[in-house]
Formats: sequence, structure tokens, C-alpha cells
Amino acid sequence: MADHTIQPASEHLLEVKNLTTRFYTEEGVVHAVNGISYTLDEGDTLGVVGESGCGKSVHALSIMRLIPIPPGKIEAGEVLFRGQNLLDLSENEMRRVRGAEIAMIFQDPMTSLNPVKTIGFQIIEALKLHQGMDKQQARERTAELLHLVGIPEAEQRLDDYPHQFSGGMRQRAMIAMGLSCNPNILIADEPTTALDVTIQAQIIELVKRLQHQLGMTVIWITHDLGVVAGLAQRVNVMYAGHIIESGAVKRIYENPHHPYTVGLLGSLPSVGTRKPGRLYSIPGEPPDLIGDQKGCPFAPRCTYKVERCAYEMPPLEEIEPGHIVACWEKDKVRKA
Amino acid sequence: MTTESAVTTSETTSREVVLKVNNLKKYFPIRRGVFQHHVGDVKAVDGVSFNVYKGETLGLVGESGCGKTTTGRTIIRLYEPTEGQVDFQGVDLATLSGRELRKTRRKIQMIFQDPYASLSPRMNVLNIVGEPLEIHHIVNTPGEKKDRVAELLEMVGLDPAFMNRYPHEFSGGQRQRIGIARALALDPELIICDEPISALDVSIQAQVVNLLEELQEKVGLTYIFIAHDLSMVRHISNRVAVMYLGKIMELTDRETLYTNPLHPYTEALLSAVPIPNPAVEEKRQRIILEGDLPSPAKPPKGCNFNTRCPKAFDRCFEEEPTLVEVEEGHYCACHLVQPSK
Repeated sequence: MADHTIQPASEHLLEVKNLTTRFYTEEGVVHAVNGISYTLDEGDTLGVVGESGCGKSVHALSIMRLIPIPPGKIEAGEVLFRGQNLLDLSENEMRRVRGAEIAMIFQDPMTSLNPVKTIGFQIIEALKLHQGMDKQQARERTAELLHLVGIPEAEQRLDDYPHQFSGGMRQRAMIAMGLSCNPNILIADEPTTALDVTIQAQIIELVKRLQHQLGMTVIWITHDLGVVAGLAQRVNVMYAGHIIESGAVKRIYENPHHPYTVGLLGSLPSVGTRKPGRLYSIPGEPPDLIGDQKGCPFAPRCTYKVERCAYEMPPLEEIEPGHIVACWEKDKVRKA
Repeated sequence: MTTESAVTTSETTSREVVLKVNNLKKYFPIRRGVFQHHVGDVKAVDGVSFNVYKGETLGLVGESGCGKTTTGRTIIRLYEPTEGQVDFQGVDLATLSGRELRKTRRKIQMIFQDPYASLSPRMNVLNIVGEPLEIHHIVNTPGEKKDRVAELLEMVGLDPAFMNRYPHEFSGGQRQRIGIARALALDPELIICDEPISALDVSIQAQVVNLLEELQEKVGLTYIFIAHDLSMVRHISNRVAVMYLGKIMELTDRETLYTNPLHPYTEALLSAVPIPNPAVEEKRQRIILEGDLPSPAKPPKGCNFNTRCPKAFDRCFEEEPTLVEVEEGHYCACHLVQPSK
């Protein structure tokens, strides 16, 4: 919960305002993130869901200022962290924010870990750099962190290389690295997508436990609506670089009002029950983000579309307290 | 090996068996040193038996490395089986060779996981889909080929006008449709679908699964559906086999498996799958398995699951449980589960 007394500049821990990121490629301008805004309070878990190319990862990389420039460019917007705009910081100042204030973990731990350095070295390095610890302190703290994320015989495993760890253990090591400097916000970009379900369950349980113990704020990016259901309190549904629906997880799943959210939820089979007959399916394909974007990007696939959708993007409007939807026909949209 | 396992013999129902897999094994040798000494085996598939009935979908599920894909590939002889029989319409696929194999294999086709890697980038759709027709002399003139390919494309919901395009011009979902059209070209009886939707976006997955179901009804196909997504397997399969470390742990019809799993591994696996419903998730008690899958090169002594099983006791570390019929049509390999008869 936000504590209004100690944060004078902004009442939110993180406030993203009109964030717009584009990529200038040879094929044309890719409109990856198209003016998204949301707030995040301390202790929140926010789920960001959408399919590949919807801008969910680019939005996170933009917050971290990890977009490769060129071809990428953050065109507009603000990312206010405790009231300070991260987009205004110098590269040196930003480096102090990354890891120490906001940490990010990625889908594939093997590409994020250095294969020729030991796991221990990679975490110790961060601790020495950010926390100013000496070697011995850093080593002890690293063992503690690996123990915290559930790696057995952590002291012995410090000197192992990434390839000596299994996929689940590497992801745990990544999380340990992310936690090493006690960040306020942990951004997890599809951290369990490459893992088996039994290992995914272990990692989700771990993050929940850590959040409880450390009071961390988490942004969990995923395409899996099931993972979000069990983990997050709030969810942003993204499509073609826009947030098209946002609200409390329970309300969105029970009472979705954007045709895309309705379609996504309807197209999912569940392990708990089986709906007879065919699955509901959204016709067509996700849009191409190259070139000028006009109107609602979901319109070509939408069964509720009206004339207006083709040329005018609907604004996000509240349909019930805390639940916003960007759809001209939102009052007619019903759960499938 | 002439002894047949419990699974393939006791099922004497009236349903027609299309494929009978008996004690199938596939070991990949591990070689070391200059002389490439044979130092061990990766037991990817270690004695798997099951029947596939006409018109059904048999789901084959398990985590990565459990041998589900290798099972599929060994059935169709993309890998040479180490041991066992694959009885397809009265002939043993595991020992056929050359011309005979090619003739029989026509009737079994495969759909692959990665629609980007499984289509040749240098061939247009006409040739990708038409190639099997030419190889098996089903069409004799270019005109015939074109007509048949157009028909196949229509069946999978693609515009025949796309015939002259190349794979890179299509999206993932469309490419998977091309792969399905090619699999259908030879009028197969059985299609082995190896994770056909796991590389696709969520909204496209339902489209492809619906297409597979429609085709099954229209053409009377039989599927082996290999997947790690237990929710989708519940939707599409009639019966489901759960694999772990090269062995089948449990095999039964869909409803029984999902509502009354007997094997501790099946229980844990089902409880690990997230359910897209926050109200359900809130109340759910998860069984969290400890640790990772052991290496199939060094499976544990006794039951393969004993390193992670919350219910393991002395016997599990000594003796390997066999797959036995616990109730009619419900097979389970666990010392804790005894036949009710």
C-alpha cells in the first residue's frame, strides 16, 4: 500500500505516463508501445499479459532504459519512480537505479548469465559494486541469497558455472541476483515460460514467499493467463502496444469487457474443468505494428466492431471502480 | 521379446486397434574418449506400451525430457527403436525396411512443433504440400498436383491462391496449417502431433486445435497428441498417458485422469498447472515437487519418480513398479496403487 507521508513527489512507487517506444527499422517504424499509463504502489503485484509482439517486454525494457538505441527510441512519456523521471537521468545515474532500485529477470537465464563466470562471482560482483561490500561479506551474502531462493548446499554451489545448474536452478540463481541489492521493484519478464510446470510451480511459490518476506513490488510479464490468476492482484492486458483493459485480477477474469480479453479467456481450456464442444477462437492474426496506426488495433478481429473503430482509438474508460477498458462498445461486451 | 505387456493384451474391447506399441525402447548411446567407448545409455524411452484405437485422440503428456517426443519419433521410425514392437495394421513397423516401410509409413504422418523450422524455406507451398503426392505417385501431372494441393489448402482453411508463396510470407499459425495440409496429403490413418501448438500465440492455439478436431470428424483421423500443456490435452484427448523419465506412469481415459488421478506424479503435475480463474487459484492447495528431473542417463534405482515423490517408501527405492490395470482401462505404475479386483 502506498504510504502518503514519506513520498512527497508522487503518491505512487512507480507511475508510467504515456510511455511510447518505437523502433526505426529498415522495414519501417515499429510502433511497439503506444502511450501506456499506469501506476504501481508498494507491495503490489501487477500482471502484464498479452501475446508476442504486444509490447509487454518492450514496455519493461523502456522502464529499465535497456532499449537498444538505435533502432529503438523512447519517443514520449515519463517513468516516475518515487516521483523522479527515470527518462531524465544520466546513464550513470540510471546504472545506480538498475539492480539497486528496480531489478529485472528474464525468460532465458542461460542468455542472461555469463557462461564463463561462476554463479557466485556474478552475484558477488553486483554486491561489491552496488552495496560496497568486501569480498568476504559479499560471498556470505551470496550464499545466503542462494539459500533463500532454495538452492541446496548453497555454499558449495557458489563456485559452479551456469551450465552445471539445471534450468530451474538457473532461474533461481537469476532471481537471487535480482534480489541481491534489495530492489524495490522486481520486473519478471516471462521468467517461467521456458520451464516445466512442476518447476514453474516451484518458482511461483518462491516469488510469492519472497514477496511476503521482503515486501517486494513485482511486475510479472507473461502470456499465460493462468499464472497471472494465481499470482497478481492487478492486471494490464496489452494488445498491439496499448493497454486495452486493466483492473483487479478477479474482476477482469469474472467480468471482462474488452472483446480481446473476452476472447483470450474464452479460448483457454482449463485443467480443472472441460467445456464440451469447440474452443472459442479469436479469428485472424495479431496486427503488424509497422507503419501508421489508425483506430482500434483489434478492430479487424473484433466481433463487436462498429464503424468508428476503424478510425478512432477508444480511450480507456472506467466501467466499474478501478476497472478500465478501451472499447467503444464496452457496455455491450459480455463474457463468452 | 514375445511377451506382451498388460496394457496391450488385456484390452479386448470391441474397438479397433490402429496402433499397438509394445515394450518400445529407445536408448541413445553415450560414447567417450578417442575410441568412442560405449559408456552408457540415455534411456529416452524405456519400455513403453499402449494401444491407439481408431478415431480417438491419445494424449501423451509429460515434462521436457520425459521421452514423449522420442516415443512419437520412434514409432514413425525417425529413430531406430532399440527394442520393442510397433504393430500397425498387422505389420511390425519396428522391423520393416526399405520399400515396405515407406509404403506403410504413408499411413502415419507427423505434425511438428516448430512451424518455422519444419518447412523448407526454399520451397513454395505448392511443392511443400505436393511433394509427398509426387513421391508416392498419387498425382501424375502438374495439373493434378495443383488441384489436390488446392483441395488440401482449403481443408486447412488457407486460400489456395497462396500456393505460390514461400513459408516466410506466412505467420506461425498459417505455417502450422501448411504443415497440417502436408500431413493430410497422403490420406493418413494416424497423425502424430508433436507439440503442434506450443510455438503459437494463445489466440492462435485455439484456432489450430479446432482445425485438428474438425479434420478428425470429417476424415476420421486418429491422433497421438504429444504435449506438455495439460489443459489443452484435457480438451482434445479421449485418453491420456502420463510419461516420466521414459516410462508411462499412468494411462486412462480423460475424465478419470483429471478427476481421479492415482499416480502421485499425475497428482503433482495436475496441481502444478495454473488455472485461469483467480477464485479457484486462491483456494487451491498445490503439491510442490522438490528438485528437478533426474537425468535419463542415470535413472534412480527402483521407481523412476522416487527422488521427488512425496509418498515414496522403502519398496520404491528397491523395486520398480510395473504398469498394471487398476480398474478397467486405468493403468498405473505405483506400489501404492493396487488393483481393485
